[in-house]
Amino acid sequence: MKSRASLVLVAVIMAGLICFGAAGAKAEKKPYVIGGIFSITGPASYLGEPERNTMEMLAAELNAKGGIKGNPVKVVIYDDEGDVTKARLHAEKLLKKDQALTIIGPSLTHTSMAVLPITQQAKTPLISCAAGIGITSPAKERVWTFKTAQTDAMAVSRIYQYLKQHNLTKVAILTVSTGFGVSGKEQLTKQAEEYGIQVVAQEVFGEKDTDMTPQLTKIRGTDAQTVICWGTGPAPALVAKNMKQLGVTIPLIQSHGAASRKFIELAGDAADGIMMPAGKLVVYPLLPDTDPQKAVCQEYDKKYQAQYNKPASSFGGYAYDAMMMLAQALEKAGADRAKIRAALEQTKNFVGVSGVFNMSPEDHNGLTPEAFVMVKIEKGDFKLIE
Amino acid sequence: MEILAPLLQYLISGLTNGAIYALIALGFGIIYNATTIINFAQGEMVMLGALCAISIYHVNPSLPLAFAGGVAMVTVIGLVFERLALRPVRDPSPISLIIITVGGAVFIKGIAMLLWGKDPYSLPPFTSNVPIGLGPATILPQNLWVLGVGALLVLFLEAFLRLTLVGKAMRACAYNPRAARLVGISTGRMVQLSFGLSAALGAAGGILIAPLTLGVYDMGTMLGLKGFSAAILGGLGSILGGVLGGLLLGVAESLASGLISSGYRDAVAFLILLVALFIRPQGLLGGKQ
Repeated sequence: MKSRASLVLVAVIMAGLICFGAAGAKAEKKPYVIGGIFSITGPASYLGEPERNTMEMLAAELNAKGGIKGNPVKVVIYDDEGDVTKARLHAEKLLKKDQALTIIGPSLTHTSMAVLPITQQAKTPLISCAAGIGITSPAKERVWTFKTAQTDAMAVSRIYQYLKQHNLTKVAILTVSTGFGVSGKEQLTKQAEEYGIQVVAQEVFGEKDTDMTPQLTKIRGTDAQTVICWGTGPAPALVAKNMKQLGVTIPLIQSHGAASRKFIELAGDAADGIMMPAGKLVVYPLLPDTDPQKAVCQEYDKKYQAQYNKPASSFGGYAYDAMMMLAQALEKAGADRAKIRAALEQTKNFVGVSGVFNMSPEDHNGLTPEAFVMVKIEKGDFKLIE
Repeated sequence: MEILAPLLQYLISGLTNGAIYALIALGFGIIYNATTIINFAQGEMVMLGALCAISIYHVNPSLPLAFAGGVAMVTVIGLVFERLALRPVRDPSPISLIIITVGGAVFIKGIAMLLWGKDPYSLPPFTSNVPIGLGPATILPQNLWVLGVGALLVLFLEAFLRLTLVGKAMRACAYNPRAARLVGISTGRMVQLSFGLSAALGAAGGILIAPLTLGVYDMGTMLGLKGFSAAILGGLGSILGGVLGGLLLGVAESLASGLISSGYRDAVAFLILLVALFIRPQGLLGGKQ
């Protein structure tokens, strides 16, 4: 039994070697290796999975067109499971073993922060797919680091712009205790003064909490005119349900972390009237045809649906933008890391899924708050509000 | 009145969560009585209950059917789990069995993730979704369902254990397995029954709370730990203790997040567990160890 098992193993290894050898002999030009580090499994898998899918989809597409400058594209993707140590290990592996020209990812702010010292030192461009503003600022210290996800700061500005227009000045904030919520809370309190807004209550909830009525009861006792909830996953939907239960009638604004159809489905009739800043991918059918992003979002969504049978998500969109921008840079720069970096930094008017990017030496994200649109949920569907 | 209004709301929220903790705690207690092991897969039964019921509801939108079907499916899973994962163990010392249940929990969670995916699902409330005013506080009909059905299940369980022959046999095994075997009670069967029963209780808890909290593959772990804390607090193996422990824990959590800070919610639950273990390891109503 044992000897047969080892025989099979040997056969598999042989077969693998033969295939590999054949493939190696066929390729004429050296492939461009692009690394990917995403949280494909673990608690943040809703980010990493679409990101990996998108990257693989685009690589296959580029190769079908004959690669970049005749060089095939080879993507090597690792799963960091949302773990800082694993993310660092994978980054080392991508740099030393796989000789990646550029790394896309990681999916999360804290894993990105852990990886960027390594890539900076190795003088290899990193295009993060995480939201945290600290990833690309201060830009002077982040020479080799870029990111395609909109920052929390932009979502907060968008919300506060809306509140200011409608003369709502007293807000209660309810944030999740994860990195996403902490960073959201920071921005919400920091920008409040600038927009003349007063934060009258600050409450927190756990990512896996199932009942937020105590926090909302406290908020009900204040003179808040709006509740801003900052969270991802099922919790924001529960906040909506709990507010309905408590009969709190002031408007609820969710973060862009809740901007998906799934949220409407989960919150049910409690979703009605909720507002949020959303990436344009979520609402692209509603956009006017003059919006340059409409076509890009539509194309991405169609392609993704065709391949994976699921609607595309904004998170996959970060990887889409990173990959497309990088393809453009590779076309210009070839297999030279310093030139790739320079080309990425010169990206101008790049219409992506997450916004229109205008990179510069001072701004390695290149987006403005206009990357978000404010939407309102009415009768189980998103509506644009101005 | 000013201070009383939020208090009542905290109490309602705490009691609802507490009722679920109590059902889970009872599941821990029943298995502990029969085997002296802690079944850490108990929380996963809650998750399975919620997700099975949601799936059944999607096929056939009838809530009673979803409830009964969900409980039945999870009971079978509980029985199969005992049969396949625990009974074949050659060295059935409690510590190795407990480790196996931890492994079982991870395994079940993984399977659930593959079957249902990582997205949460919702189950409609059993009856209307219009909040009922209760003085200064509001309560959802679903909260009443949780409390009512939870109380009913506890009564049934108590009646089953005290009044039926099988129930008495189970209790006999808990008191003295050797003597029980001598009078002709099949302890193996009783162990199996205890797994089925606690799986059913967990599943019922999961289905009751699904309309309030949504069902997702990883909801079980935290609920399981809270239920475990409740069981320890009340006294492992005591029915009344489990109920008391669950309700106390739920209310303490809700008061802590309302009155102190919402960040301390989980900390309070586990602080109570630690204090209980330091000061009164046998629990509030537990017998001598």
